[in-house]
Amino acid sequence: MTPASARWMLLLAGLALAAVAALASEGAIDASQSAIVATFRQEGVPVDAPFKRFSGTVLYNAAHPEAASAAVDVEAGSLDIGDESYNAELRKTAWFDSTHFPQASFRSGAIKPGSADHFDATGTLSIKGKSQTITVSITVQHTGRATAFDGSFELSRRYFGVGDPDWDAVLDDKVLVRFHLQGSAANLTPAAPVQSSRS
Amino acid sequence: MTTAYTRTAVALHWLVAALVITALTLGWSMTDMVFSPLKLRLFNWHKWLGVTVLALMLLRSFWRLTHPPPALLPMPAWQRVASKLVHGLLYVMLLVQPLTGWLYSNASGIPVVYLGLIPLPNLVGKDKVLDEIARNVHDAGGWVLAVLIGLHLLGAMKHYYHDRDDTLGRMLRWQSS
Repeated sequence: MTPASARWMLLLAGLALAAVAALASEGAIDASQSAIVATFRQEGVPVDAPFKRFSGTVLYNAAHPEAASAAVDVEAGSLDIGDESYNAELRKTAWFDSTHFPQASFRSGAIKPGSADHFDATGTLSIKGKSQTITVSITVQHTGRATAFDGSFELSRRYFGVGDPDWDAVLDDKVLVRFHLQGSAANLTPAAPVQSSRS
Repeated sequence: MTTAYTRTAVALHWLVAALVITALTLGWSMTDMVFSPLKLRLFNWHKWLGVTVLALMLLRSFWRLTHPPPALLPMPAWQRVASKLVHGLLYVMLLVQPLTGWLYSNASGIPVVYLGLIPLPNLVGKDKVLDEIARNVHDAGGWVLAVLIGLHLLGAMKHYYHDRDDTLGRMLRWQSS
């Protein structure tokens, strides 16, 4: 191999690596800059509980909002209501049963663009082995080099069997879920027809 | 100089006594319970009792300042000092204990909603370090309060059984004024 062809080989390898890296970071959620918080109400008292671990992808191109897509996986056992012994209770069968259902997820389907940087994502919410179609209004924010997606939705914890009926007397059925999902700068590039690999 | 407590003072005394003893009993029993709907419910009741005590104690302090209580009955100087000390500390603790509870709840990320209807302002935001400190202070405060109530009770019994004076009687008398 001549020194010249070796340089070409290195250059090509470098470009290939850069391309793979770009694809991998396409729309990936930066969990450290994002938050998913569930608000439970017990006898009128709102209690905010963040999910500590989640991952996913949001693909969005302002020029083609209808092509947006979102896939988010939340570790069901990572809900933090502020006390470790309570958190352990929430992982049990009566609540999330996170041994059998480790992941809660959302997969977007139809996207309905609204005004600039707003869109409605209809998709499937799955928790504890049950699924429901929901529509979430999402607001897009461009902050510096990154793009953030904000929204909230209400769900029925009874529908998903989260908290057995004993709890109905003190705990509201409705749970508000708010999210702030921040992607990397790659979100600003046109949506690529790629689904990032998920486990 | 008046020799009697006003009806308001007598009513406030016994109302606060009943609420505080209930709150203390709840506080000690609920914390050891396993996670259950009843546990959360008792926590709420405990907080509502605390907020009620705080409000009544503010009213009571105002009432005491505007309606001086009857003078102490004749007794040795050290007993006067002890009486004033225990009464003073009871007032302080009955105002402070609900506040540290409120702070503790807020620091652990839980707002206080009086009777499940009236949201009270958050004194502090969620804070792990403060949560731990407030928990210890509120826990210790419960014991301090229990000791003060014990001393107060012993004093009343001493005046009733030993001195046979009117110290307890005048707090039991419901007379017009």
